[in-house]
Amino acid sequence: MSNKIFSINGPIIKVKNAKDFLMTEMVYVGKNKIIGEVISINEDETTIQVYESTTGLKPGEPVYSTGAPLSATLGPGILSNIFDGIERPLLDMAKTEGAFIGIGSDIPALNQTKTYDVTITVKVGDILNPGEIYATCPETPMITHKCMLSPLLKKGGVVKEIKPNGKYKVEDVVVVIEDENNKLHNLTLCQKWPIRVARPVKERLSISKPLITGQRIIDTIFPIAKGGTAAIPGGFGTGKTMTQHSLAKWSDADMIVYIGCGERGNEMTQVLEEFSELIDPRTGNALTNRTTLIANTSNMPVAAREASIYTGITIAEYYRDMGYHVAIMADSTSRWAEALREISGRLEEMPAEEGFPAYLPSRLSQFYERAGYMETLSGNEGSVTIIGAVSPQGSDFSEPVTQNTKRFVRCFWALDKALAYARHYPAINWMTSYSEYYEDLKNYYDNEVGEDFLEIKQRISTILAEEANLMEIVKLIGADVLPDDQKLIIETAKVIRVGFLQQNAFHKDDAYVTLEKQRQMIKIIIYFYDNACKLIANNIPFSVLVESGIFAKLSRIKYDIPNDDIDKFNSYYEDIDSFMTDKLNS
Amino acid sequence: MALHHIGLKEINGPLIVLDDVENAGFDELVEIHLQNGDRRQGRIVQIEGKRVIIQVFEGTNELSMENSTTHFTGKPLKIPLSLELLGRIFNGAGKPIDGLGDIFSEKFADINGSAINPVSRSYPRNYIRTGISSIDALTTLIRGQKLPIFSDSGLPHNRLAVQIVRQAKIANKEGDNKFCIVFAAIGVKNDVADYFKTKFEESGVLEHVVMFTNLSNDPIIERILTPRCALTAAEYLAYEKNMHVLVILTDMTSYAEAVREFSSSKGEIPGRKGYPGYLYSDFAQLYERAGVIKGSSGSVTQIPILTMPNGDITNPIPDLTGYITEGQIVLSKDLSQQGVYPPISVLPSLSRLMKDGIGEGYTRFDHQTVANQLFACYAKVQDARSLASVIGEEELSETDKAYLSFGKNFESQFLTQGENEDRTIEQTLDLGWDLLCLLPKDELDRIDSELLDKIYNPDRAARFKTKSNTL
Repeated sequence: MSNKIFSINGPIIKVKNAKDFLMTEMVYVGKNKIIGEVISINEDETTIQVYESTTGLKPGEPVYSTGAPLSATLGPGILSNIFDGIERPLLDMAKTEGAFIGIGSDIPALNQTKTYDVTITVKVGDILNPGEIYATCPETPMITHKCMLSPLLKKGGVVKEIKPNGKYKVEDVVVVIEDENNKLHNLTLCQKWPIRVARPVKERLSISKPLITGQRIIDTIFPIAKGGTAAIPGGFGTGKTMTQHSLAKWSDADMIVYIGCGERGNEMTQVLEEFSELIDPRTGNALTNRTTLIANTSNMPVAAREASIYTGITIAEYYRDMGYHVAIMADSTSRWAEALREISGRLEEMPAEEGFPAYLPSRLSQFYERAGYMETLSGNEGSVTIIGAVSPQGSDFSEPVTQNTKRFVRCFWALDKALAYARHYPAINWMTSYSEYYEDLKNYYDNEVGEDFLEIKQRISTILAEEANLMEIVKLIGADVLPDDQKLIIETAKVIRVGFLQQNAFHKDDAYVTLEKQRQMIKIIIYFYDNACKLIANNIPFSVLVESGIFAKLSRIKYDIPNDDIDKFNSYYEDIDSFMTDKLNS
Repeated sequence: MALHHIGLKEINGPLIVLDDVENAGFDELVEIHLQNGDRRQGRIVQIEGKRVIIQVFEGTNELSMENSTTHFTGKPLKIPLSLELLGRIFNGAGKPIDGLGDIFSEKFADINGSAINPVSRSYPRNYIRTGISSIDALTTLIRGQKLPIFSDSGLPHNRLAVQIVRQAKIANKEGDNKFCIVFAAIGVKNDVADYFKTKFEESGVLEHVVMFTNLSNDPIIERILTPRCALTAAEYLAYEKNMHVLVILTDMTSYAEAVREFSSSKGEIPGRKGYPGYLYSDFAQLYERAGVIKGSSGSVTQIPILTMPNGDITNPIPDLTGYITEGQIVLSKDLSQQGVYPPISVLPSLSRLMKDGIGEGYTRFDHQTVANQLFACYAKVQDARSLASVIGEEELSETDKAYLSFGKNFESQFLTQGENEDRTIEQTLDLGWDLLCLLPKDELDRIDSELLDKIYNPDRAARFKTKSNTL
């Protein structure tokens, strides 16, 4: 007996008296075979959420089961591509359906006709365990794709047959293995994995390396580690998306998964266009070669928006398993939470805070816990770093999504409306943000950047904190009445804010800054500050310091010294030294 | 196959419920015949087995349980489209109300539209010149953008909208004759609708305007359809007739309230301030219909206008709108009371797409720099003002005094302009530079050292100084 639609309410349909569905199974709904997923089963009713518009669907139309959970297809062809929330290839859809997204298109996720230069890395008779690599092929100039035995084959098997090295398509069989029950399995270049399940690893390693982003406030003040988690909360117009774009462009991950979850269509177009033109400073290749986009814009079906986050992280884990460092930009997790709320409302579940379902925190933690620095099943090291944007309702950080996210991330970059209004970008507020990764990364900074780095960084933070206190007074009585040493703190903090924390994403020398230049920048600021303190201790008036123009000069270092010309800092030291001797002697 | 059903099961607000219906499709259009011969339209919003729930566009007044006949059409609501739309006036459900009869249709289109595939979009790059300094310089309107105006009752948003419509020009070679306006009045007062109509007539643009009007006393279900009809017409004109379409939707607050009313009559679980949880997705389905698509030279640009309840920008309506639209233009009561027109509060205003549609080749090479510096300096004016209010203007440092003078002149010279004053980009940007020269050179920290040396000249600001001294 076939199953038939009983009721329809937006993206939720119900089927009566069905016994043969599995929980979270993927199903095809109606004559157009649109994709859905089983989300609840009880004795007489099965509830299915549908990933496309239900317009025109009628009760009595058939529902087909597939016997498998909603899965992503993983294989070469994912990079440089753009998918919707359930991994349908948007480029191919545009070719067959035109500019508007139609209903019921079932196009395979990966290009079926493209061939790859495959090298087989196993011999007949080899034992192949889950997660071990049996073939490689160059996917883009930057990433070599490694085909691994799917962990779904839990016991692995013995290689029975291999194809010669050569050109193969995604679905071509390249290796045949036999499992312990003497059953043969054909291995192609791709595999499927259920999106809601984390891919297994050998071991979770401790966090030790920073994700270098080239953004000064992040790398120096609030660093994120490879395998770490960060949240970027901010009201609209504070630059969440801009920050995410900068991170996607400049961070030193091997691969970027950018999830546009319920956001603007034009933004996705912008990413597509910009990334194909931009060159990765480390490898000299176009950024698209290391990027995958998941675009489920706000007007696309809400259930697919809910799935997009899982699709994205599954792809990231797959590349991690090959031994790559992957960073995920999820913009925005609030839209995803709202999708949960919307579906929960249609299911008439009991709402918790602000109408969000009670399982919001557990879903959020399940997502963020899929990040980490891992030893993979094949013995490589790889990591998934999650950077999630949060769009708090009414810019109020006490709302449920921000609060719950805060509990599961260790890095919090709070975007501030006042800074954004003053066009101070990135508008990360240095007083309310934090990063817990300092301790984990101490060794790296000491050995790779410079032993003085953390100490200078701490002094920078202290000056900013002192300024914040002084500003309370300045607001009441003005800066002119402050004693000179306090004026110096305020002026130095201004140099730090304007010259260091503020970063111009559109300037050729400022969009991306090396750690070395960052270190030199804070070093010279502190050097001048210390010397200036001496002058003031010698009763030299503060106005002399201002007239010297050194404050203004330090503020412009970001534009005046390119990344590859660090030696130019010497002339700044000379200027400060000669100014000092000049004033102290006179 | 068309089916007729006699009688209803239940009537509740704008909803009716029917039992024993077979073969009805979700979202399908239905016609309801009343016993007095009236004909109304409705849409299926929920199906449970043989029970269907229908929303009636014109409301359920005078509907009876027994003598109503329901006719299922088997297709979603579609409206007729052709170039004849231009110059016509329709009601919220797309029916002509100007007495000129039905339009000859070239095609019919589903008013819900479909999502544009993100890969088929072209990134919007060309700007629309409005001739208003604060918009052109600081929140540039880009073709294919959705840029809402956040206003409040009593503020001149309608005057501003009319000025934009009248002055909007497209900087391109093709000429301006491919420019048209789709105007959707959503739950507005009668005299507001009249104001727009008269103004469009006076300025001679009426034949380029398609008007959809749903007045505040019209049925709310029709109000939910109004922007959808308007955008369907706009998409047709833009993508099939290659026109540049500017869509004005006013007032989105009435729209959201209609959605809330409808949701509550369906018995849905309310979210923030009683609005349904899907308000974001619902808004997105309207706003995301702006854009430029590959293979068509037209564009849909939207200016939704909304009145913030109680002037509160954190209210769900402006909040959710701001998260979807590409920036916002915020009007301020304070400025309006000081006689500044247009009273655009520049600090919270933003155009996200402007950075790629301005500068060399579009407006002028220094546009971004001037805009950044104006924003940064005007932000500091606020600090100087709050300080002055505590310790008095006399006690301020020279720099802070310069900021005060900059702030005053910025508001009175740059923001303020006549309702018929149409400034070019050059005039606007030069004025910006002049004002910046009021400040000490060191304060201009957003400008490249080289450019600053070339352009900075305190004499440029001399005229403001004399003026402020005589004040």
